[in-house]
Amino acid sequence: MALLSVSGVTKRFGGLIANNRVSFEVAEGEILGLIGPNGAGKSTLFEVINGYYPPDGGEIRFQGQSLVGLRPDQVNRVGIGRTFQKVRPFLGMTVIENVMVAAMQHTPDPVTARREAIKFLEFVELAGKRDTNARSLSVGERKRLEMARAMATRPKLLLLDEVTGGVDQRTIPTLLALIGRVRSEQGLTLVVIEHNMRVIMSISDRIVALHLGEVIADGPPAAVVKERRVIDAYLGDAFVVPTGSGG
Amino acid sequence: MASPAVPFDEPRPRRIGERILFVLLLLAIVAYPLVFPLPYYRDLGIKILLYALLAQAWNILAGYCGQISLGHAVFFGVGAYTSSVLQLSAGWSPWVGLAAGMLVAAVFSVLIGYPCFRLRGHYFAIATIAVGEIVHTLAINWEFIGGARGLTLPIQPDSLAAFQFYKSKYIYYYIILALAALCFLITWHLERSRLGYYLRGIREDPVAAQSVGIPITRYKLIAMALSAAFVAAGGSFYAQYLLYIDPDSVFPLALSILICLLVVVGGVGTLWGPLVGAALMIPLSEFTRIQFGGTGSAVDLLIYGGLLTIVAVFQPAGLVGLFRRLRRE
Amino acid sequence: MLQIPSAEVLIQGIMNGVLMGCLYALIAAGLSLIFGLMEIVNFAHGEFLMLGMYTAFWMYTLFGLDPLLSVPICAAALFLLGWLTHKGIIRRILGGPMLAQIFATFGLGIFLRAAAQFLWTPDFRQIAHPLVQGPVKLFGISIGLAQLVASGASLAAFAVLYWFITRTEAGAALEATAQDRQAAALMGINTERMFTLGWGISSACVGIAGAFLASFFYVFPYVGSLFALIAYVTVALGGFGSILGSLVAGIMIGVIEVMAGLLIAPAFKYVAVFLIYLIVVLIRPQGLFGKF
Repeated sequence: MALLSVSGVTKRFGGLIANNRVSFEVAEGEILGLIGPNGAGKSTLFEVINGYYPPDGGEIRFQGQSLVGLRPDQVNRVGIGRTFQKVRPFLGMTVIENVMVAAMQHTPDPVTARREAIKFLEFVELAGKRDTNARSLSVGERKRLEMARAMATRPKLLLLDEVTGGVDQRTIPTLLALIGRVRSEQGLTLVVIEHNMRVIMSISDRIVALHLGEVIADGPPAAVVKERRVIDAYLGDAFVVPTGSGG
Repeated sequence: MASPAVPFDEPRPRRIGERILFVLLLLAIVAYPLVFPLPYYRDLGIKILLYALLAQAWNILAGYCGQISLGHAVFFGVGAYTSSVLQLSAGWSPWVGLAAGMLVAAVFSVLIGYPCFRLRGHYFAIATIAVGEIVHTLAINWEFIGGARGLTLPIQPDSLAAFQFYKSKYIYYYIILALAALCFLITWHLERSRLGYYLRGIREDPVAAQSVGIPITRYKLIAMALSAAFVAAGGSFYAQYLLYIDPDSVFPLALSILICLLVVVGGVGTLWGPLVGAALMIPLSEFTRIQFGGTGSAVDLLIYGGLLTIVAVFQPAGLVGLFRRLRRE
Repeated sequence: MLQIPSAEVLIQGIMNGVLMGCLYALIAAGLSLIFGLMEIVNFAHGEFLMLGMYTAFWMYTLFGLDPLLSVPICAAALFLLGWLTHKGIIRRILGGPMLAQIFATFGLGIFLRAAAQFLWTPDFRQIAHPLVQGPVKLFGISIGLAQLVASGASLAAFAVLYWFITRTEAGAALEATAQDRQAAALMGINTERMFTLGWGISSACVGIAGAFLASFFYVFPYVGSLFALIAYVTVALGGFGSILGSLVAGIMIGVIEVMAGLLIAPAFKYVAVFLIYLIVVLIRPQGLFGKF
């Protein structure tokens, strides 16, 4: 059974159809990349999965359980963590407090939660800044903080929304390595929204491409980037498959 | 919206001098009515502690949880009236009445909070004003609870059970000290517990809070109920202390404003902010009342309004925040 | 508790409600404008109105200027106040913590109210002999001429505001900033200037309304609080950011207020209005014509 199965999800805003019968599955241990031009419906899909918007049609199942109708906090407690496209750390708290809040879901006692939080901070290599105010972190650091915070809720599935957006280009390889380790060391399944094709090609096992709210391709990266529809809608004929990326 | 940047994990007063000062201050508060037995000073002390209680209660909801209520006096009145009405019409003990008042206020607050917490900050604030004014008007027109004439509680022989201490009024001081200390203790514990962390998460960013599994409405309601209960306790105390209440003295907008002011000036979201605010502003208001007589209330409000704006714009973390910032430099 | 008055009293009540509603609409329009621009509620809006009324009163008392003639003065004075408020206070708290946003103007309101009381005493003032006064017969019903003129003029001011927003370049820039601040900035619209303009216009509207009100309403320091709460309800009902919504809602609120006073009891006029607020924001948060 797939870990996450999205079937026929439709979401409308007034006359605009943001998601139109979107269907795909995520297998356990997989890294699924979600690509598409702006307005394709990627972020809306995330919000629907996370419970911020109810779908107008279709079904979403996580480990067999339906997510439709659950509140965002319930979706998290069921086992899905997420980061935000525009980072949202708890600015008035320190780095470690940010992660403690999340860790407390499973370890209510602050002392234990703090120990847990340190482990996650070490994983994202932010442990040295544990007592600094979140406000003083750079964008890249805030993104790593968000990842640690999401992981501290011990999800099985992690949804990453544009994790390389606005980040110093030189830090991207480290970020990629981190994402890889999230799967291999923490045993999480990932769905990643990305605009950076080099990133998505190198980390994804599979890619789902969206355009105007519909799925236009679903398969291994090497195959998807050659699909006519994807090239027309998004990549452009001049797109060259980045060297060194797997398939 | 993020909160004023005062990281909670402050190092404990390391220097031995600070620790001693702290203990001395506590002793001073406890010994105060014995050292200054004159009625005027005793009553001032009682007033400061009562406002510190109300301020800390508001602080739980607004400071730690970020939900700004501008009509909190409504719970003060609910507490005062519940215990008084139970006493007058059913002969209940004032202590049981106090507990009942806390319960009624908590339930009432949850009933209001549940629909209103859906509103965004500004609209929630306006809704609290609206609720406060509605209750105020209803109270004036409700004959069963005395209407505009108010309620007078019967004078009884001094006893702890009857909550009356005409001959030894300093006991009132210790009762309100105990109530305030209880509220402060609970707030202190809250700061260090999951509840406190969750409330602060909600304050900082409700969407992010949800994303880590916090059921925000449930926790807002918890903060609301706690806050309302302690304000109501203060109201019941007030009723017993003065033995007379009326809608204009327990439900007015001015009281709601004053409660906010004390915390904002003292330091919202901090443990000692409410006490600092009360200790500073209450004597100040007494001073202006004496200096300016009739126009005193206008001067009071002139200062309150000016301070609120100045603190909100330039130093949202209040005096405690300022003190901490200076300490770090 | 329900007492049904005669048909004539009812119709008179409705007409008075509509007339007052036009004034409420003008007062609310400014509030709606600011909220649409920067998502801030001006908690001192009522006090701005109060200052507009006092301005008209002092122009009359000191210089014998009829309130209707003071309108430009009140508009200018309040425009300046709004401009100063933005420059001095609002600019510093935009994007800041909710607490700062609420208490910055809340404190200002309290300060202005107290200043008025301190300077001019809490006494109720009245403009004794305005140019327009006395009753007039409209469709056989007797209503105050001052109210009639005030509401007619409010509608006119409203129309000017509407024309400004929809037909002038500055108005379009204002609307653009309200709809999408970043996009507007990218198009070269000076956001800061738009904000200041918005505050100026909003306050000027309230200054004009104050001048009209002063010709038939008592002037005292706390008069603003009442109208402010009504304005919040009007904006909520009409829809935040919708000028047209303010008009429709204002008239509705005016009528509801009068009806509650007639049918239930005068003391419950405002209870009815506040209840409307709670009902509207809970059932239809975006109001009748709102964007959110």
